[in-house]
Amino acid sequence: MSAAQTSTFAHARYVLGENPVTLIAALLFAGYAAMAVLGPAIAPYDPLASDTMRALQAPTWAHVFGTDQLGRDILSRVIVAARVDLGIALASVVLVFAAGGLAGLAAGFFGGWVDAVVGRIADTIMAFPLFVLAMGIVAALGNTIPNIVLATAIINFPLYARVARAETMTRREAGFVDAARLSGHRDGALLVLQVLPNIMPIMVVQMSLTMGYAILNAAGLSFIGLGVRPPTAEWGIMVAEGAGFIVSGEWWIALFPGATLMLAVFCFNLLGDGLRDIADPRRRT
Amino acid sequence: MRAILLRLVGAIPTLFGVVLVTFLLTRVLPGDTATYFAGPTASPESIAQIRTSLGLDRPLPEQFWRYLVDLGHGDLGMSLTTGQPVKTELVNRLPASAELTLCGLLLAIGIAVPLGVLAAVRQGSLIDHACRVVATAGVSLPVFFTGLLLVYVFYFLLGWSPAPLGRLDAFASAPKQHTGFYLVDTLWAGDFETFRAAAAQIILPAGTLALFALAPIARITRASMLAVLGSEFIRTARASGLSGPTVVLTYALRNALLPVVTVLGMVFSFLLGANVLVEKVFAWPGIGSYAIEALIASDYAPVQGFVLTMAVLYVLLNLAIDLVNRAIDPRARRGA
Amino acid sequence: MSAVLRVQDLSVAFHTRGGVVRALDRVGFSLGAGETMALVGESGSGKSVTAYAIMGLLEAAGRVTGGQAWLGETDLLAADLSRIRGRRVAMIFQNPRAALNPIRAVGAQIADVLRRHGGASRFNAGARAIEALRAVGIPDPARRAKAYPFELSGGMCQRVMIAIAVAANPELLIADEPTTGLDVTTQAVVMDLIQAMAARTGMATILITHDLALAAERAQRIAVMHAGHVVEEADTATLLAQPRHPYTARLIAATPTAAGSLDDLQSVPGGLPDLRRDDTPPCRYAARCERRLASCDGALSVRALAPGHQVACTNPLEAAA
Ligand SMILES: Nc1ncnc2c1ncn2[C@@H]1O[C@H](COP(=O)(O)OP(=O)(O)OP(=O)(O)O)[C@@H](O)[C@H]1O
Ligand SMILES: [Mg+2]
Repeated sequence: MSAAQTSTFAHARYVLGENPVTLIAALLFAGYAAMAVLGPAIAPYDPLASDTMRALQAPTWAHVFGTDQLGRDILSRVIVAARVDLGIALASVVLVFAAGGLAGLAAGFFGGWVDAVVGRIADTIMAFPLFVLAMGIVAALGNTIPNIVLATAIINFPLYARVARAETMTRREAGFVDAARLSGHRDGALLVLQVLPNIMPIMVVQMSLTMGYAILNAAGLSFIGLGVRPPTAEWGIMVAEGAGFIVSGEWWIALFPGATLMLAVFCFNLLGDGLRDIADPRRRT
Repeated sequence: MRAILLRLVGAIPTLFGVVLVTFLLTRVLPGDTATYFAGPTASPESIAQIRTSLGLDRPLPEQFWRYLVDLGHGDLGMSLTTGQPVKTELVNRLPASAELTLCGLLLAIGIAVPLGVLAAVRQGSLIDHACRVVATAGVSLPVFFTGLLLVYVFYFLLGWSPAPLGRLDAFASAPKQHTGFYLVDTLWAGDFETFRAAAAQIILPAGTLALFALAPIARITRASMLAVLGSEFIRTARASGLSGPTVVLTYALRNALLPVVTVLGMVFSFLLGANVLVEKVFAWPGIGSYAIEALIASDYAPVQGFVLTMAVLYVLLNLAIDLVNRAIDPRARRGA
Repeated sequence: MSAVLRVQDLSVAFHTRGGVVRALDRVGFSLGAGETMALVGESGSGKSVTAYAIMGLLEAAGRVTGGQAWLGETDLLAADLSRIRGRRVAMIFQNPRAALNPIRAVGAQIADVLRRHGGASRFNAGARAIEALRAVGIPDPARRAKAYPFELSGGMCQRVMIAIAVAANPELLIADEPTTGLDVTTQAVVMDLIQAMAARTGMATILITHDLALAAERAQRIAVMHAGHVVEEADTATLLAQPRHPYTARLIAATPTAAGSLDDLQSVPGGLPDLRRDDTPPCRYAARCERRLASCDGALSVRALAPGHQVACTNPLEAAA
């Protein structure tokens, strides 16, 4: 282990020790990851099996989160939904990480017209209220999960492009790119070998920070009836289905998926803050 | 004045970009636009008819030109479900959305700015910690969920607020329209009974929006207030014996508001999106719920009109933010 | 002559993550009416902290841990300073542009102080602010009153600062490096202005500076600070001719010409000691001192070698014949 690595680990340990909240967030994250990976295997019931005899039951020991209007077990649905929600968010974040990251990298590295074009695209996206733009995209491209992923990626594009561009510019100005060019590397090789590894940490932090937003966005789209369709278990849809029952007092149908969703977003936001502290000690707040 | 005009002109490329994107969203689709516009139950003949009537058989630039011309006449197309021109519906429903968003924003600013200021002035105190929790938790809230929670607590459990069904309960009648804002129009008419009814309806949805917008405003207020309080000119103000309120409010806060005003642009972006969700939860008859109904019916023209309206509103809001910034900051005024 | 300001055994500590920084240790000096005293020392020696402690402007981490500061009959460490700052003691700072509110017209900033202390009303504060600007020699004051700091030169900003400071005719003005960062001609103009204002109102001045040459030119008395101690205090002529503390002697040797500043010269060997350590020696100069004796590790006391000439040294230099 190199000295730099040791100090990063030491710093990470220090941050976790100073800030137990990040530790809690990491544990929560592990829980969500387990739900997403194991999903159906750990759900106590079939998430789609309806049983009108058991409809609208308040939480009991048999059904810890109660049952919905079709008698489906809410706990099982909440667990199974993790894969859908986190999957959509992760896919969109990976997509925008690749697209936005590369665009920003190119803009920062080449400057000139590349920079101008990327900047124009980012500005045009930013000129819309983002959720509204996502609605418009999904409505236009068609009401499917891949399009939800795409829309969520597009509205995050400016953020990633900007961060990647700014970081690339700093590395450029630091001069070692020029040094490498003098020693005979070509542009493509330079980008991949010199710049990319250097902007990786900050981009990963960015991913974790936007995961929460991506989850919120996807769930919001499902809530208004875009993307995932019933009877698929998904947190936003489940809240939408429970919405009608809130006024008559059946709180559990919306509460559990909603709270699970909220906690997931909270967990990613905390984790992002924590990771940022580890990656970039200067920017601690 | 000249500067304001210049800024207006500067917004034109952005507006053009917005219009272009909304246009492309309808025309460059994987599916067939005419089928889309005709709705799911149309016959092949009617689709063909729509294609020619929409000019979809023409080259794209020409289509775009016609789109621009239509826009210039305020023509946003017809809604297939209601049979009404989209423009009429949007204009009728816009005040409801605007009133809700503005109430939410004012509520958020009214709470978040004092909270951020107190947190900065009393750094490390209870209120400071409260502010930090709010700032992190607030951005994690799915508005549609918090809205439902508020309905459950304040309508179902406590019975304090009326049923979450629109701008007025069934017994009240809408005030004579001046601004379209019920809270203003009722006062205008001196109808306090209806004012109370309208206020009772709006408080929960506006509160939901405020809860959401609170976090970024409080966070940035606290941070910029801390920075300003540590700056040299505040030390001068203290050294010249100016009173505490003068130092904190006249000297520190006005400077600290500059970044807050800038961040409002981002807050508006979130708020206009959240507005759509909140309108659905509270059956609020604004342009958001109009768009949602149209979306579900695959009625595309209203959605397109909605996206365009929101984007134009957002551009204008950003313009307004810029002007406020100028009003506060002489450097922005004289600089450009 | 009764003293305008009497500082005795003033100690200040900062509580930081790295430990307690004992930034001032039993600092003492006094100042007569109308007198100009310079507080001289290298960066970090505690000059600004002394001023802030007197003004009650220490940041939250800093505490006065002992001593006294009397402004005439007023105990500054106990009094309600909000009625004293700006009215009886005023302060001006280095980097005047940053020391003014960037988004408030300078006339309004002067008017704020006049209304607070000078008995001006909302009605006439504006006109009196313009008068104040005229008094500090700003041309076309009515127009300049509407200007913002970013529209004025550094020298102009410092004049505005002076106008703010003298608005209420204070008894004491503390000028913390008022000319650092200004060009040489402006420096002289600003110093002349401060002295003219002091002469007109009988105001005493503490001039804080790195620059021994400037101090020699402008002050009647000089107190030399080193690492939170006042190591020597005397009238200017005596101090320059017969320095008794080894540090003072080094400073003088390091300031060969009138234009020289301490920062340009490395002739004072070593650096300031770490003030966080509990075993800081009684004499904080000992580690750098070539005259150090075994007895230097014992208690350090301030000795009056002559009336008005104090030195904090166990083994002071001989007085020149
Ligand atoms: N906020 C603080 N926290 C910790 N220590 C401080 C703080 N402010 C001042 N100090 C300590 O007080 C010492 C004196 O600082 P001061 O600002 O008075 O120096 P100075 O003589 O005015 O120097 P300069 O010429 O650079 O202005 C510093 O060396 C530092 O150790
Ligand atoms: Mg200083």
